[in-house]
Amino acid sequence: MSPRFEPIAGRYLPCTLLGEPHRLYVEEAGDGIPLLCLHTAGADTRQYRGLMNDKRVTGHFRVIAFDMPWHGKTSPPAGWQEREYQLSAPDYIKLILDVCEALELDKPVAMGCSIGGRIVLHLAHQHPDRFRALIGLESAPYAEAYYDLSWLNRPDVHGGMVCAGVVSGLVAPTAPDAGRWETLWHYMQSGPGVFKGDLYFYTTKDGDVRDKLGEIDITRCPLFLLTGEYDYSCTTEATLAIAERTGAPATIMKDLGHFPMSEDPEKFIGYLLPVLEKIRAL
Amino acid sequence: MLDTIARLVNADEKLVRRGRFVDTTFLLAIDNADTLIRVQEGRITNVTRGPFITPDYSFALRAPRDVWQKFWQPLPPIGFNDVFALVKQKLMRVEGDLHPFMANLLYFKDVLAAPRKEGGERQGKR
Repeated sequence: MSPRFEPIAGRYLPCTLLGEPHRLYVEEAGDGIPLLCLHTAGADTRQYRGLMNDKRVTGHFRVIAFDMPWHGKTSPPAGWQEREYQLSAPDYIKLILDVCEALELDKPVAMGCSIGGRIVLHLAHQHPDRFRALIGLESAPYAEAYYDLSWLNRPDVHGGMVCAGVVSGLVAPTAPDAGRWETLWHYMQSGPGVFKGDLYFYTTKDGDVRDKLGEIDITRCPLFLLTGEYDYSCTTEATLAIAERTGAPATIMKDLGHFPMSEDPEKFIGYLLPVLEKIRAL
Repeated sequence: MLDTIARLVNADEKLVRRGRFVDTTFLLAIDNADTLIRVQEGRITNVTRGPFITPDYSFALRAPRDVWQKFWQPLPPIGFNDVFALVKQKLMRVEGDLHPFMANLLYFKDVLAAPRKEGGERQGKR
């Protein structure tokens, strides 16, 4: 009997990202409309494995996820040891456009969670014609840090444990244990300072998109918003405010938190399928 | 609720193991009522109620009684399920030397949430 692999294929794509050579780690499954998935801060593509294993999704969509440089299996560029990683909005936008080009994606749908849910707002504002549609999971136009981020990267505190400890409350208390702890494991495996570096984009003026919301035109690129009710980082109020300013439809997901696709994939997919139906009908 | 925290934490072998390197005293304030909680090798070895004149502790968590009551419900209301959710809403203050707290965050989050089990036990008995 041959081994029963999951339908997910993971490969490395040598390409230039932000002007530097990289080996980009990419996973994909399914056929159809390209659906580019963006992981959260300090995590990686594994967050989307539930989606990539669901035929209701992969029957109509080519689901693609990539590890951002410094994350998962995409190593940082050569010379990283001399730098402090810090994600900026212009770099994050360019990274996504570079990846689309390297993968030769023609008007994909982009779906991002948390920092990914923020960057899709920037994409909606600056590059609406490059995407067929955008899906923001746990989208807030701005989030203030509510603890001292320096705790996330210092030699006398275990980085993996503190990153997981910080985000643990963002998983819905109703989530299944396996989903909760796998989500936290991803955080425990993040490289030193990577989560903190991502949060620069998330918690400073750099990634703040509040004053751009009124300029987002959802007739040029449809935008859909899905937020878990237990998310106190990207709050439901923040998502609903985006919906009000942009006209984008928003759904508040019951019994889900900040990591819907990995904390409880089955429940999340139930909320995602109607959005994917609408995108197919565009 | 704090009457049972030592029993509930010490009975949880996995939690005690997670905190096996923790050796500190922290202060928990419900309104203005202070309690010092001593932790040694992951076990709670002393719970002392105030008032204190010169309390000696590493870090303190302070919140109004109604906030703690919601936090300690078996399934807390949305926004009350985690200490950071409370801190973000400015319903709780965490202050002092935060190193033991942040270095053992998963441990302390479960220690602080331990009284929820008591609520669950009580509901089970009804």
